[in-house]
Amino acid sequence: MALTNVANAPTPVIRRLKFVESVGDLVFKWSTIFFASLIILAAVWIGWELLINSSLSLKKFGLNFLWRQVWDPVMEDFGALPFIYGTLVSSTIALLFAVPLGLGVAVFLYELAPPKIADAIGFLTELLAAIPSVVYGLIGVFVIVPWVRCSLEPFLSKYLGFIPLFKGAPYGVGMLTAGLILAIMILPFIATISREIFKTVPQSLKESAMALGATRWEVLRIVTIPFSKSGILGSIFLALGRALGETMAVTMVIGNRPEIKLSLFEPGYTMAAVIANEFTEATSSLYLSTLVEVGLVLFGITILVNGIARMMIYRSHRSAGLGARA
Amino acid sequence: MSRFYRRKLINFVAFLITGICALFTVGILFFILGYIAYHGASSINLNFFTQLPKPVGETGGGMGNAIVGTLKLLFLASVVGVPVGFLGGVYLSEYGANKFGFLIRYATDVLNGVPSIVVGVFAYTVIVLPMKHFSAIAGGFALGVMMIPIAVRSTEEFLKVIPQSVREAGLALGLPRWKVILFIVIPTAFRGLLTGILLDLSRVAGETAPLLFTAFSNRYWAKGWLEPIASLPVMIFTYAISPYEDWHKQAWAAALVLMMLVLFTGLFARILLHKNQEVVL
Repeated sequence: MALTNVANAPTPVIRRLKFVESVGDLVFKWSTIFFASLIILAAVWIGWELLINSSLSLKKFGLNFLWRQVWDPVMEDFGALPFIYGTLVSSTIALLFAVPLGLGVAVFLYELAPPKIADAIGFLTELLAAIPSVVYGLIGVFVIVPWVRCSLEPFLSKYLGFIPLFKGAPYGVGMLTAGLILAIMILPFIATISREIFKTVPQSLKESAMALGATRWEVLRIVTIPFSKSGILGSIFLALGRALGETMAVTMVIGNRPEIKLSLFEPGYTMAAVIANEFTEATSSLYLSTLVEVGLVLFGITILVNGIARMMIYRSHRSAGLGARA
Repeated sequence: MSRFYRRKLINFVAFLITGICALFTVGILFFILGYIAYHGASSINLNFFTQLPKPVGETGGGMGNAIVGTLKLLFLASVVGVPVGFLGGVYLSEYGANKFGFLIRYATDVLNGVPSIVVGVFAYTVIVLPMKHFSAIAGGFALGVMMIPIAVRSTEEFLKVIPQSVREAGLALGLPRWKVILFIVIPTAFRGLLTGILLDLSRVAGETAPLLFTAFSNRYWAKGWLEPIASLPVMIFTYAISPYEDWHKQAWAAALVLMMLVLFTGLFARILLHKNQEVVL
């Protein structure tokens, strides 16, 4: 990586050529600048449109919108709390499963598997990310929901039923199922990015630990993981960003009921799902504007989460660069 | 000595668990693919590709309109997404080592993180609201916006791999810079660029959320570009949550066709890439 940077650093020759740009150069350069600015325009435009089109609901409900629990399209009284709650809970469940599993895969690929097998399994893991969300939903509806209803939930309520999280009738559809599907969907992100982060750990550090007699597991625990902590956290946040905005698979299995219930067996609702389900049914302009505001909140949260993720991955790359030089 | 064996044992058990994680992950993938292949293959036939969906109650029929619809939407998406993504990527690679370039990279990251459903809402407000009806154009626009970030990133990566000396050789011959970029750098990286665009297309081909209230759906062949249009992902969604047994079968068949479209495009892209071994995306 460092090598390519050196080879591609703009040389003095090219820098001086800026002064002799011909007409063709100017036309070409400015057309690329034009199209590149469209990217910035698109990002800003999305936020702007969401803001403008939710003004009706912003004015009526104000900030209270975020922590009110009512969702009554008939009386036109809206609050987003059940959706925010559902989004956060289903994503948390997803992370609980996907983080250990994804890190396990990353460690296996990085530390244990022979290169060829590691590449093959890495490819297969990425393939998991290529499966469309609606196909996950299909599998969810016809395979996972029945399994959760008939096996997992009765099992959990039998042995862990004293915890309020696992109380209630086994519906099949609900928070738990949505979390499980999300876990499979975000697993590839954690596995792939963490593996890349592990690769930036300087070999010399690992070798010094080995020379002191550490086993491979101990090297991983005392050198590799602490060194790549920030990058791993970044990959987790990136996966979280995906989970928060995931729409189709969740919509198909979460049960779509705007209520806050402690039990994970109960149906819930997420921000993305409510937009997907009710947007075409929104008859009044206030209803529509409310749904756009839900989109605005979702947009804001994902920008925040992705920003944190980028910062952490960037920091990890920078420390890797310093470590290599030291 | 026992401490030594304990450490060895921990080492062994820990790595055994990571191996099980990997096995489990690959197992899930094969289970999903196998399940779709099995259920899809048992419900697919020639009619599926050529006929229109039948009304509720009548069995048979197909999703010819949805297959054509998905292809039409992908075409529209490329028209929107590829020029912006490609030329944006060219800018970043060739001129982008400045503050403006940083800003564009940042915007690309933001765009990449926007949930697909939000892109759908955006396309609804800018195209469906003024036109007052759902249309293929709105759906294509939404998918096109989703294509931009990956197109930018892959174009930049593949152009950066071309050594600086190649550019200098062209400049030394007295070529203006735009000719060097257009006739030397881009053709050299062509295979990689194509790979990036194909992977991008295979990603948006399965998107459902941005289409729900832009392209909507259509039970007949869509005429032209201004009507609502059917697409495979939306069809899978509506058929899967319907209560009819026959529609479920159709949904599996549609899932199989969609997966083949996505996987073969992706596979083709990777084969293309494999022939020039320099970069791995």
